Amino acid sequence: MSIQRNDWSLQRKGIIDQDRHKERVKEAIKKNLGSIVSNEAIILSDGKRTVKVPIRALDEYKFRFDYRKRKQVGQGDGKTRVGDVIAREGQHGQGQGGGSGQAGQDAGGEYYEAEVNIDEIAALIFEDLQLPFLEEKAKKAIQSKTTRFNEIRRTGVMANLDKRRMILENIKRNAREEGKARFGDVRKEDLRFKTWEETMRYESNAVVLALMDVSGSMGEFKKYIARSFFFWMVRFLRTKYDNVEIVFISHHTEAREVTEEQFFTQGESGGTVVSSAYQLALDVINARYRPQEWNIYPFHFSDGDNYYSDNEEAVRLADELIKTCNLFGYGEIGEEGSSSYRRSSGALLSIFNDRLKDKERFVGVRIDDKEDVYPALKQFFGKRNEL
Amino acid sequence: MQDREIKDLEKALEQIWEVARGFGLDPFPTRFEIVPATVMYEIGSYALPGRYSHWTFGKAYHRMKTMYDFGLSKIYEVVINTNPSYGFLLETNSPVQNKMVMAHVLGHVDFFKNSVYFSKTNRRMVESVSTHSGRMTEYEFKYGRKSVERFLDAVLAIEEHIDPNFFIKRERPQAVEERRRRPAPVGRYDDIWQLGEKKEPEEIEEEKPPTDSLPEKDLIHYIMRNSPHLQPWQRDVMAMMHEEMEYFIPQMQTKIMNEGFASYWHARIMRELDLTDSEHMEFADLHSGVVSPHKGQLNPYYLGYKIFEDIERRWDNPTEEEREKFGRKQGEGRAKIFEVRELDNDVSFLRNYLTEELCEELDLFVYELVEDEEWTITEKRWQRVRDQLVANMTNFGFPYIEVADGDYNNNRELYLRHAYEGSELDGRYARKALEHVYTLWGRPVHLETIVDDERVVMHYDGQEHEED
Repeated sequence: MSIQRNDWSLQRKGIIDQDRHKERVKEAIKKNLGSIVSNEAIILSDGKRTVKVPIRALDEYKFRFDYRKRKQVGQGDGKTRVGDVIAREGQHGQGQGGGSGQAGQDAGGEYYEAEVNIDEIAALIFEDLQLPFLEEKAKKAIQSKTTRFNEIRRTGVMANLDKRRMILENIKRNAREEGKARFGDVRKEDLRFKTWEETMRYESNAVVLALMDVSGSMGEFKKYIARSFFFWMVRFLRTKYDNVEIVFISHHTEAREVTEEQFFTQGESGGTVVSSAYQLALDVINARYRPQEWNIYPFHFSDGDNYYSDNEEAVRLADELIKTCNLFGYGEIGEEGSSSYRRSSGALLSIFNDRLKDKERFVGVRIDDKEDVYPALKQFFGKRNEL
Repeated sequence: MQDREIKDLEKALEQIWEVARGFGLDPFPTRFEIVPATVMYEIGSYALPGRYSHWTFGKAYHRMKTMYDFGLSKIYEVVINTNPSYGFLLETNSPVQNKMVMAHVLGHVDFFKNSVYFSKTNRRMVESVSTHSGRMTEYEFKYGRKSVERFLDAVLAIEEHIDPNFFIKRERPQAVEERRRRPAPVGRYDDIWQLGEKKEPEEIEEEKPPTDSLPEKDLIHYIMRNSPHLQPWQRDVMAMMHEEMEYFIPQMQTKIMNEGFASYWHARIMRELDLTDSEHMEFADLHSGVVSPHKGQLNPYYLGYKIFEDIERRWDNPTEEEREKFGRKQGEGRAKIFEVRELDNDVSFLRNYLTEELCEELDLFVYELVEDEEWTITEKRWQRVRDQLVANMTNFGFPYIEVADGDYNNNRELYLRHAYEGSELDGRYARKALEHVYTLWGRPVHLETIVDDERVVMHYDGQEHEED
């Protein structure tokens, strides 16, 4: 019989295995990037740095009962009767049968939710992405002067005296000379000054022209796809350029510039005239973003149901956009879940693929599913063989 | 914690020990350690200190630790069933909390020592798991951390599927017996003479698994012995995990009883200590927190506690009928409690001692999901409630799965059968678990079960799942 208190400070097993778990989470994330890229929690994160993402791969699979089909025993407050509803499915937090409290917790939560840092996810996603045709623009980037303090000298202007270092030098000298490390008796040789250097910096700017079809046929799902795509694209461009601007243009039969909020939330109706958006994009470029100074990335999402008579014009303007821009992207979004090959005769993607003159700077993809967003990103920003 | 407080605690422990012995409790000698929260949660998440490393422990640790950090839950006590036993006290506990925990722990330790279900338990398990852990680390070093981890993932998927009565020696199949009897090389270096000879390929590859032990409930043991493709180190890992589960299974079989018993005794013991009024208040508050009904669900502490109190009452003051029919005398309550703790497990405990009056008093009911939407109370008749509770406790809440054939299709495929008793398996989980079984067996695996009253066999061949 005894009571003891030992030093446990070296006990780190839990922490070590916690790291192993984290490693597993990371692995699982890497494997599931496809579904994570379009996860609502991230796309709608609104500036939060960490979000919770369900990761199925981390379940601890065992043979277990289907809790939804199992009769269980519970306890009431003394007044329960047959027919009483004690919980609704979904918010069911009860334990499984008697005694197994732990199993109860697991039964409710169907999967493990990992807390992920959006920046980390972004780093993983961007790992194999690059900006196509960046170089030639960078040469023309604007130069700007910046000043950086990056050296220490023995002489200089009093205003730039580095006091910390001075004290340090003084103590060291005292220790050397008197054998005692103390501060005092400052001499000129103890003084240290910060000096600076002027450097030229290349600033590069990019503008994304986000074009989206908001005609009647573009439903919630299609908008969401476009939204998650733009979310990552903007993030990605920000890692490469100092300054990324985004212009939102929505169109049905007419195009107009809108705010971000309107862009993602407004529903419209009516038909689709794609050329209207391309014309507006060209106008915006001419007015505000000179191609000599800006890297320009127009991306257009539509379901491809363009008015037949407009196709000619759309192709012509698309060609023009391609001439002025770094890369022109076009994403055609299908119906949710219909991964099959569904295409109306007027679908724009096949027309673009057939008829565009300069396809080197054109990327067209088709997206039918949330999981397709990641491959699409890769296609837009993937490494390409220079032709 | 101050040294003075530890002195006080030691004094209290002596007193608690005396009181407990006076009541007839007979625990192993018990050492208490005062530990910080991180260590408490570590021991809690590994269930034993010094166990092998695996990410699932890290996950559990992280979850417990986070709950604690956010003030959502707190473990007061962890007890280790060894001889001597260990009880861990959280360094932030108040003196009254610590006294209650010590009394509670002594209840557990008495249970561990005297329940027949623990009679075969390895009481030096802490040393054993630490040896295991060392061996696993060695394998990690030799075969790679990832390969050991993946293998553990697979074994963990079926770790509960061992035979709780493993210690009842079964007849050894003859072949194994004979192999054992083969004479060992006489001299120390005799096997050198065989160096030039071509070694026979691993004997076990050729050997058909024995059929005389089938059906076999102990999946871990069966696969460990008969899997056509495991490496020696992998069999060793399975053997170690089997040993650890042998240690944990009796705890899973007696959870309600064990907690009820410990709660019953901490209440009795605390009453005998001289506590100040405010300490009494604090204790009453704590105690009611431990043994209180949780709305909707069952609190094992509370259920066990109530049943033990009820047993005491019924054997102390038997009714006229009980006296005549069963020859029950007065004042045998405590003796009966000790008898129950010695002989019963949760299933028999509930079946024998959960009475109509208790079911009513505790307001127990059966509930189920109606039309995929509402969890609805569907039964309140006490026998049905009791039977459902017993059914759910059977096989400690896990589906009963056994090996039906280890040479299915004459092709060394593994055929498992779920002994269906009214509850269906979670299909998605079953398929994933089958993949793990495949990792262990190395050849196609099958699982027979019942879905919507129809017999269904799931197949997995390493590539694809099929069902018919």
